[in-house]
Amino acid sequence: MSRVPLPYTQKVLDLFRNPKNLGKLEDANVIAVAGNPACGDMITFYMKINDHDVIEKITFESYGCAANIATASIVTEMIKGLTTEGAWKDVTWKKVTEEVGGLPSVKFHCGILAVGAVKRAIRKYYEQKGSAPSWLPKELTFEEKQALEEEELAKKMSKKLKAAEEK
Amino acid sequence: MVENVRDLLKAHEGIKREVYLDNENSTIVPKEVVEAMLPYYNQRAYGNPTLTHKPGWEAFETIMGASQKISKFIGAKILEEITFTPGATEANNLALMGAALANKHKGKKIVISAIEPINVLHVTEMLQKFGFTTTKIPVNPEGFLDLEKLKEAVDKETVLASIATLNNEIGTVQPLKEALDIVKEKNPDALFHTDASDAYGRIPFNVQELQVDLATVSSYKILGPRGIGALYVKESVNVDKILEGQIGTQKLWPGVENTPLIVGFTKASELVFKDFEANTSHMRKLRDKLADGIFAKLSDVKLNGPKGDKRAPDNANISFLRCEGEALTIELSLAGVYVSSGSACSRRLLQPSHVLVAIGRKFSEAHGSILMKTTRCHTEEDITHVLEVLPNAVNRIRGIVGSTGVD
Repeated sequence: MSRVPLPYTQKVLDLFRNPKNLGKLEDANVIAVAGNPACGDMITFYMKINDHDVIEKITFESYGCAANIATASIVTEMIKGLTTEGAWKDVTWKKVTEEVGGLPSVKFHCGILAVGAVKRAIRKYYEQKGSAPSWLPKELTFEEKQALEEEELAKKMSKKLKAAEEK
Repeated sequence: MVENVRDLLKAHEGIKREVYLDNENSTIVPKEVVEAMLPYYNQRAYGNPTLTHKPGWEAFETIMGASQKISKFIGAKILEEITFTPGATEANNLALMGAALANKHKGKKIVISAIEPINVLHVTEMLQKFGFTTTKIPVNPEGFLDLEKLKEAVDKETVLASIATLNNEIGTVQPLKEALDIVKEKNPDALFHTDASDAYGRIPFNVQELQVDLATVSSYKILGPRGIGALYVKESVNVDKILEGQIGTQKLWPGVENTPLIVGFTKASELVFKDFEANTSHMRKLRDKLADGIFAKLSDVKLNGPKGDKRAPDNANISFLRCEGEALTIELSLAGVYVSSGSACSRRLLQPSHVLVAIGRKFSEAHGSILMKTTRCHTEEDITHVLEVLPNAVNRIRGIVGSTGVD
């Protein structure tokens, strides 16, 4: 594999320079985190979901590269005002990638992680509520699995590092 | 893809002042070096140095003169001990592979430090295919080699040890003489190679004083042109060539010699050594201003590598906690300050810099690391400008991070 400069699009650069919906949300009723600082790739979403299951407000924080920041930011724009069902079904990582004008293939995982974090937040919201709607699949989706995989990898790397230190 | 890069470049329009500090990965080539090279493209010595005509003889004379000068700068006994290669990567490949294969009857163990550059590390991995095994000697939190572990690792089967004189990422100056004495005491037949690419032109370095068997030096690390370096091989040491082709004046490296680059490398060396003390103290003064300024203006920052005279005079490798390195390099670039990061994203690999991991930095510390190197061409004003720009950049990225990613 060759190493090329990351050819971020104008949209990614714009969102990196002026991210939308950045920061904590005081009246959030669900907070979800995905990724791990060990990978240098981590997102927190803060959501306020109302009684009609509409995502009224959403903000984010991102510990990651420009692509991580841009995809997290665009996701907040894409799902604000949608119902949880709409957000779950319509916002895929491919759509997120399209919305930022495309991503270098080594950065696809940023979009996947952002969508994984949204799905994790929605799932968490219904867990907190104690009842799940019928459209919510019991099985983890592709993006959620990918987020888990990245976190597992980070754990493994940290363990390896610790073991090496103790040697 | 190129279109996107053109847009990225457009975003840089209007930058008033630019400061290039990524001298680890490539450098400017000063005007006087380029001017010294130019006549060798089309006015003189453009011939093949092995052939019997005036431009060929001119090239031969030029290359031998350059070998003489480089051998003097590194303290080699005779100019035949110098082989020009297309860079430090090639010189390190030649040293490791060439020395291991030529001496495999002596043993098949190789000893290196855990913080060797990739062009040593990966060659030893490749040599596994030929039955060689490698022991990596750990380093302490400042990057200094564990000499006790080195003593344990070297035995009668050890064919080669390779330890860089000065680490390219964190600037640690190794106790090379002590390391070499340990290796030779345990096994007088073991060869000792050092990658001196970062030592050459920054700290006193002399192959005869050290008594190393092989040493790599590089042109671009001293503001010479890219694409040229040299390997010193002590007269008595056997090394196999690793590429096949027409052999010319360089018996270990085939192909037509690149006379203009050799001239540029020599000119760059002359410029460094002409005022060695002044050049290195200039680098050190600006590096200290840079590092001290950063520590004064920002909290949660960590210096990677040692302090004091066991650190390279130009190296500032600093971790900004709660800040991701690739995002910071882009933010700084948009403000005209060019640096690199040891973060995984920046390196396009899953793991951050193996050097930072080896000195015990947490992953998050490595991801937030920025490497900057000062040169004799930088000015006080350059560093003042960086210190004006950098805190804002770090604070903006930290603002995006918030409390996410704090481990």
